[in-house]
Amino acid sequence: MIEIQKIEKQFGNLSVLKGVDASFNAGNVVSIIGPNGSGKTTLIKCILGMVVPDNGSIQFAGKNILNDYSYRQQLGYMPQIGRYPENMKMGQLFAMMKDLRKSAHVLDEELINEYQLMAMQDKPMRTLSGGTTQKVSAALAFLFNPKVLILDEPTAGLDPLAAEILKAKITKAKEEGKLIIITSHIMSEVEEIADSIMYLYEGKVNFYKTITSLKQETGEEKLGKAIAKIMKSQSHA
Amino acid sequence: MLKIAKYVIYDILRSKVLIAYTLFLLVISFSLFALETDGAKSIVSLLSIVLIIVPLISIIFTTTYFYNSYEFIELLVAQPLARNTILLGEFLGVALSMAATFFIGIGIPVLIYASSSTGMILLLAGIVLTLSFISIAFFASVAMRDKAKGIGLSLLLWFYFSVIYDAIVLAFLFSFSDYPLDRAVIALASLNPIDMARLMVLMKLDISALMGFTGAVYKQFFGSSFGLFYTIGIMLFWITLPLLASVRIFKKKNL
Amino acid sequence: MKLRCLFYTLFFSLFCKATTVTLCKDCPVQNFKQALQVIKPYDTLVIKKGTYTCINETIYKPITIIGESLPVLDGKQMDEILVVMSNDVHLFGLAIANSKCGSMKDYAGLRVFKARNVIIENCQLTNTFFGIYLSDSKCITVKNCSGKGAHYGKSDTGNGIHLWKCDSISITGNHLEGHRDGIYLEFAKHCTIESNLCERNFRYGLHFMFSDNDTYSNNTFTGNGTGVAVMYSKGVHMFNNKFLNNWGDAAYGLLLKDMSNGIIKNNIFQNNTIGVTMEGGTNMRFEKNDFVQNGYGLKVMANCRLDTFVLNNFSGNTFDASTNGELKENLFEKNYWDKYEGYDLNHDAIGDIPYRPVSLYSVLVDQMPYAIMLMRSFTIDLLNKAEKNIPSIVPETFIDNKPIMKMIKRR
Repeated sequence: MIEIQKIEKQFGNLSVLKGVDASFNAGNVVSIIGPNGSGKTTLIKCILGMVVPDNGSIQFAGKNILNDYSYRQQLGYMPQIGRYPENMKMGQLFAMMKDLRKSAHVLDEELINEYQLMAMQDKPMRTLSGGTTQKVSAALAFLFNPKVLILDEPTAGLDPLAAEILKAKITKAKEEGKLIIITSHIMSEVEEIADSIMYLYEGKVNFYKTITSLKQETGEEKLGKAIAKIMKSQSHA
Repeated sequence: MLKIAKYVIYDILRSKVLIAYTLFLLVISFSLFALETDGAKSIVSLLSIVLIIVPLISIIFTTTYFYNSYEFIELLVAQPLARNTILLGEFLGVALSMAATFFIGIGIPVLIYASSSTGMILLLAGIVLTLSFISIAFFASVAMRDKAKGIGLSLLLWFYFSVIYDAIVLAFLFSFSDYPLDRAVIALASLNPIDMARLMVLMKLDISALMGFTGAVYKQFFGSSFGLFYTIGIMLFWITLPLLASVRIFKKKNL
Repeated sequence: MKLRCLFYTLFFSLFCKATTVTLCKDCPVQNFKQALQVIKPYDTLVIKKGTYTCINETIYKPITIIGESLPVLDGKQMDEILVVMSNDVHLFGLAIANSKCGSMKDYAGLRVFKARNVIIENCQLTNTFFGIYLSDSKCITVKNCSGKGAHYGKSDTGNGIHLWKCDSISITGNHLEGHRDGIYLEFAKHCTIESNLCERNFRYGLHFMFSDNDTYSNNTFTGNGTGVAVMYSKGVHMFNNKFLNNWGDAAYGLLLKDMSNGIIKNNIFQNNTIGVTMEGGTNMRFEKNDFVQNGYGLKVMANCRLDTFVLNNFSGNTFDASTNGELKENLFEKNYWDKYEGYDLNHDAIGDIPYRPVSLYSVLVDQMPYAIMLMRSFTIDLLNKAEKNIPSIVPETFIDNKPIMKMIKRR
């Protein structure tokens, strides 16, 4: 679905991505993890076309995304911190997004209903709490029934109930054959929903493996410990 | 593009800053016409508002609006929309609302009190100036990531076009006053949208003084049909060039 | 002057036992030359409608000629057309056309030479080199006549009404266009020029040379090279005239040169490149004039002395005034200047701080003419303001110490 080749990106003097190669396939949940500042968000933004890489190429369903925007029809994005026009009411936001995308897909309003967002449709976006804003972001990401979902720290700021609803939704989307890319710091959550893990460290892919093979290689039951073990062995070597 | 413009206009209308600006212009122009019995003098006062205040408000409003709608732009960029569509849509929205504001705030009083050809040219000059300073503001905001730096650059550009540039021209004329400068002067005026707009109005307002020796040069040039096309061309250039430059930067911009 | 002329008129009417000669195509008298021979002094010649050849014919007898339905005296571009060399000639309703043009001699449509008490009324002059040429004459009236220059719009044409060494001439209600000068006076004294319209004459609408104690009033001068030029003359009075639309390099509403003791009152100067320019004026008085929408309202050269400017309105001018040095012994007082930004705390309708009509920018434009392109620039406004507060370049003495706050309404 998505092929990434030798992506490099520099912000001023700071080199954020130093040649990242990866390939993401449909029907998978891939979790990108790594310490703060390792380049996770930048990589996601590269895929979204919000950041233009200095070098390398990204292909989406076999097409280079550079100077293209139509591939984003197939993309749903949930940002880490959703920021929306302050004066706009929630209902207007949804109406506007539907108007702007004019998607041919059947709309998926499951999350809107489950989070009961329409009850708050007359509230301006600036008055919403962080959690509610995250719910709006999640609902927007799934709304147009995209083939690929990119979720940046999706459960951060959500209450446990809302997080569970979202996780269930992610699992359902995976079963529908969608590709889901998630960044997260919460290992238990990653273990729960992800199939593979891509570990980014200082702008490079440290490893990219399925969770099962990770556990096998390290002989650990818990994902957190497995990763810690790999990190340790690498620093020894 | 039109859809984005539509939402931009909704948003601007909700912010009420522009409504305050419209009222400000209305109050100023009505009081200028009401307090001043001499219509020509009101036009002169309006001219200085059109040449100074209108570009200033246009550039500052657009820059702050751009940074305040950064979230909106971020949201749009992740959607299946081309970047130039997004930026041109933003421009169209801001341009339409500012032009409407100018037209209501200054246009209506002028149409009521001074619907002469001078008044019409003044309106045309004002709208063209509004558009070119919005365009320049887009350039400054797209070029600078930081809001404070962006507003600073905008203010600097405004100050350059409205004060510094003419001082440079004066110094130039002073240094080369022994040479024939007909063409040089027209070229110099072309490099500043405010100067172009000013000359457009002067051709009507101060035609008597311009009929003197050197003034006749300008009259001859700007009065001809070539001069008319030239003026229109230069003004369009000042609207499109900064906008095209900002589209170019925006296409590569990291959000 | 009026009294003297009246005396002649009375004297003339004592001989009024006139008979009438008629000139027409079917009459016994069929040509103009013959008519002039047949007619006796103090008789009346009536000319019926038609065109009559008239090449350099001279009237030696005191007669009256009345044209009915504007008969044409055609000079066929051979020579002058009609010459009056007798006193007490009255000409009414004649069309005089097609004189010769040339640079060697001032060919005229109608010439009056060494005559007194001649009245020319309702005559039309077309395609003549000079229109009406009065020389060495006294007590002549030219009334309600019109003149259109020969080479309309070109420079090689003469003057509409030309006066040379005349006295007590009255020129009233005439319309002159397309000449070199509409009306020209040289060595002409005690003349009255009233209610004429002079337009599109390529040099001056009205031109005085060495002509003293004349008055012109209620005239309109529009679209001429320069409205009126008054040179080397004393005691010329100018009242209620309009000087309009004189545009171009060296185009003035009123040009005054080496003048003294003139009065300029109640005139309007509008839409001129320069409203009034004065060089070498002494003891001139400008009162209650309107200077409106001119490039420069007033240009006063530094060699002017003892002149007074009071109760004038200056509004809508690009520059109110300009000069070329320090003005001495000239008085500006109680004028209205629309660019005045002072205040009137004691409410006596007079501004509390003086006004300097010459701006820094007008001085700059004088020195480097191309700076005209910066007109109304914000930068220029700032410079002008700075200079107003700390004058260093503008002339110190060009100052109105009592500027009035409101425009004087007088019409």
